[in-house]
Amino acid sequence: MYAAVIVFPGSNCDRDLAVAFERAGAQVSMVWHKDTDLPQGVDIVGVPGGFSYGDYLRCGAIAANSPICRSVITHADKGGYVLGVCNGFQILTETGILPGALLRNAGLKYVCKPVELCVATADSAFTSGYAKGGNLTVPIAHHDGNYYADDATLDRLMAEDRVAFTYCDNPNGSARGIAGILSENRRVLGMMPHPERMAEPLHGGTDGAALFAGVVGQLADA
Amino acid sequence: MKARVHVMLKSGVLDPQGEAVRHALGSMGFDGVEGVRQGKVIELDLAETDAAKAKSTVTAMCEKLLANTVIESYSVEIA
Repeated sequence: MYAAVIVFPGSNCDRDLAVAFERAGAQVSMVWHKDTDLPQGVDIVGVPGGFSYGDYLRCGAIAANSPICRSVITHADKGGYVLGVCNGFQILTETGILPGALLRNAGLKYVCKPVELCVATADSAFTSGYAKGGNLTVPIAHHDGNYYADDATLDRLMAEDRVAFTYCDNPNGSARGIAGILSENRRVLGMMPHPERMAEPLHGGTDGAALFAGVVGQLADA
Repeated sequence: MKARVHVMLKSGVLDPQGEAVRHALGSMGFDGVEGVRQGKVIELDLAETDAAKAKSTVTAMCEKLLANTVIESYSVEIA
């Protein structure tokens, strides 16, 4: 199982994401944003958190138009797996791979704290290690995590069981408490909370580890 | 040729920054401010000399990068 983690100028969770994939059993390559192609044989692309391009213009907007992102879009279009965390989620919405957008937090403040998430679906490689309706605690660290989509899109996400996680106590004003969503084929997950920062005992908890174990395990079996 | 792009959050999208500014104005004694929306202005210096071509190019820039049309509307002025 082979994972590629994209590194943008301003990424700061790229190494955490790589370690989480590695500990779950994946081989990992780091890929620079100016590269035009993903390495051969990549099963999953990790789009990490951070402040790509200083969050200039809009969070994720410039990264979404970087050379490597064209290959990430092609990878997703061909049915490849993608995990976008925090700024990675913002980038995935900016590319159009996932619907909606992330607005400024309703409270206008940067929020950095552990939050409790509800598992809204176990029907995806990413969430297969959790029980639907169960809870996990992982950190958030963002200023623009207020998920927005029009009502028709939100209704569709819910009807298609594509909301992966919701906040138990909405910290940022996200529509319908959404913390993470899946693509139509359920192979792309974008989420604002950081499972890679709650994946080892030294992090203070391991609730995020099952996400990586789930997706790496499923892809290794394939 | 210069172009000026105005980018605003769409009318249905809550603008928490605009709301905060509205509250601040009210607390400073500026009564009667019923709404504040905050957007951004982007100015471009273009080599293009044909206004119609410039407008169509800048519109393409808005669609692809300068605005996120999921949440934002934009307008283009050529001067």
